[in-house]
Amino acid sequence: MELLVAVMVGVLVAASVYLMLARNVLRFLFGLVLISNAANLTIFVSGRLTPAAPPLIPYNADAPVGDVANALPQALVLTAIVIGFGLFAFALTLVYRTYQNLGTLNSDEMRIAEPEEPRK
Amino acid sequence: MSWVLAAPIIIPFATAVLAFLFRAGPEGRWLSVIGCFALLIASGVLMVEVLDQGVVAAQMGGWGAPFGITLVADLLSAVMVVITGITGLAVAIYALADIEERKEHLGYHALFQVLLAGVCGAFLTGDLFNLYVWFEVMLISSFGLLILGGQKLQLDGGIKYVTLNLVSTILFLSGVGLLYGMTGTLNMADLHGAVQEVENPGMLVVIAVMFMIAFGVKAAVFPLFFWLPASYHTPAISVSAIFAGLLTKVGVYALIRTFTLIFTTDVAYTHTILLWVAGFTMVTGVLGAAAMNDFRRILSFHIVSQIGYMILGLALFTPLALVGAVFYLVHHIIVKANLFLVAGVAQRIAGSTDLDRIGGLYRYAPLLGLLFLIPAFSLAGFPPLSGFWAKFVLVKASLDEGYYWIAAVALVVGLLTIYSMTKIWGYAFWKPHPAGIEPRLGVLDGKTRAALLSPIAGLAILTCIIGLFPEPFVQFAERSADQLLDPTAYVEAVLGAPSDAQGGEGLAMLEVGE
Repeated sequence: MELLVAVMVGVLVAASVYLMLARNVLRFLFGLVLISNAANLTIFVSGRLTPAAPPLIPYNADAPVGDVANALPQALVLTAIVIGFGLFAFALTLVYRTYQNLGTLNSDEMRIAEPEEPRK
Repeated sequence: MSWVLAAPIIIPFATAVLAFLFRAGPEGRWLSVIGCFALLIASGVLMVEVLDQGVVAAQMGGWGAPFGITLVADLLSAVMVVITGITGLAVAIYALADIEERKEHLGYHALFQVLLAGVCGAFLTGDLFNLYVWFEVMLISSFGLLILGGQKLQLDGGIKYVTLNLVSTILFLSGVGLLYGMTGTLNMADLHGAVQEVENPGMLVVIAVMFMIAFGVKAAVFPLFFWLPASYHTPAISVSAIFAGLLTKVGVYALIRTFTLIFTTDVAYTHTILLWVAGFTMVTGVLGAAAMNDFRRILSFHIVSQIGYMILGLALFTPLALVGAVFYLVHHIIVKANLFLVAGVAQRIAGSTDLDRIGGLYRYAPLLGLLFLIPAFSLAGFPPLSGFWAKFVLVKASLDEGYYWIAAVALVVGLLTIYSMTKIWGYAFWKPHPAGIEPRLGVLDGKTRAALLSPIAGLAILTCIIGLFPEPFVQFAERSADQLLDPTAYVEAVLGAPSDAQGGEGLAMLEVGE
């Protein structure tokens, strides 16, 4: 089970690196979404997968009985998803505004902040 | 005790809320100044506490370490929070005259305070995942500040800043996940013990390098610094100054913290990488600066080159070298923020930051000339200013260890720094203004002048004080370096003193609260 998820993380990272190498900023952003999901899965799987054993504490007990799933990575992933979602929304808006103002999504053509030196 | 630690985070957040509510009027900007002043006081109280008691730790919400949210302050954290307060106050005063009303209406002051809260949080947290969250707080507010106003220039710089920083964040997050998978804890003090017992030390080094890359992007080291010179010259001057002073230094702080507390299992390998990185960072930064012809862009590249010195201190990993790194960190924040503020005044009265299009500042604004020379010479390392002692300690540390080549690099880079500073001096101050303008400070009205010049003067005086009376500061840095190299006190402050045979293990220390 862990192996399957690990391979999936690898595939996601590979695909996202391919996307992020593109000059088109929008493709870069899609790569970013994929790789952030890969990171989330990494946290998830690093907490070890324990199927069909929710971390519930029985009534009148102080601790769960037997082996249960690790709840902490899920909390971490949840935090990371929320933050990642906010950042992605911001980045998408930024890219859209940039496209409106500069008229291009090609990162090679974005040279306003760093103009090419005039040849002397 | 926990209030002392939480106050530097709560105060800026509370100020942010108030400043946002009053963003339409002049109250907002004064709230920002008052908030920064309160932050400075809170950081002073924290500093006194830390000097008095050694490492101070608190568990938020009463959950015991390593499960709860831990805030820790050792000397390094405390001094970084103090310096955040000082820089924050200086920039908040400067912003009174620098930020246009339109940007205030958009919430500049609130974003600025959230940024300070994020920076303080990153310095004070004792947990890797919380460090990630504070990085995000800092990052999202810095995004806002960077593109506030929405000029083409800012959007262009913003794209590069946002994309590269997001990639580093994700690397950081993956590293956190893998480290948790190997050790089962994310509390930094607990990790210090846990990493000694992992079954696969090779994998630990891989994770260490992941963290190195993630923090390296934040700290803008070679070859990961390209976002910095692409974006730091685009926003308002106040924003540039606070970014230049604090943001990259949070990356350096995170590197110092993790590579003294957690990743010390294979020092020969990881710190040798850091040593090479330090050398290349110094050289590429200073060469980039030499090629630039704009006040702010030269300064941006110099941030990169100066980061190299701090990494050098960490990479050598001797007590003296860490003294140098801590001293350099403090000195550099003050000086670099100050230089950006000077650049802002020059732009205000001479009309541009492009060195070909300004001039005559020395003749018509000699006071500004003096205020530029102090931080500029300090940056280059002239005695008796603070930069001299910082460089002196680092060069001595590298000679002691027999790394003559890196000492030579540090000295040559210092020389090239002087070249850039004299270039700014020659173009912006000495040569006559090409358009025939007489850039006098008198063109600014009294209030504006006071708001712009008093923080610059204050920071310049601070540089001089550190330079003229380095003894207490070096002693402080020595104590701080001792704490970094021997984290026993740090670990005990967080986890409690080991009481029995298995007491050292974090999980065994748990006391279940009600």
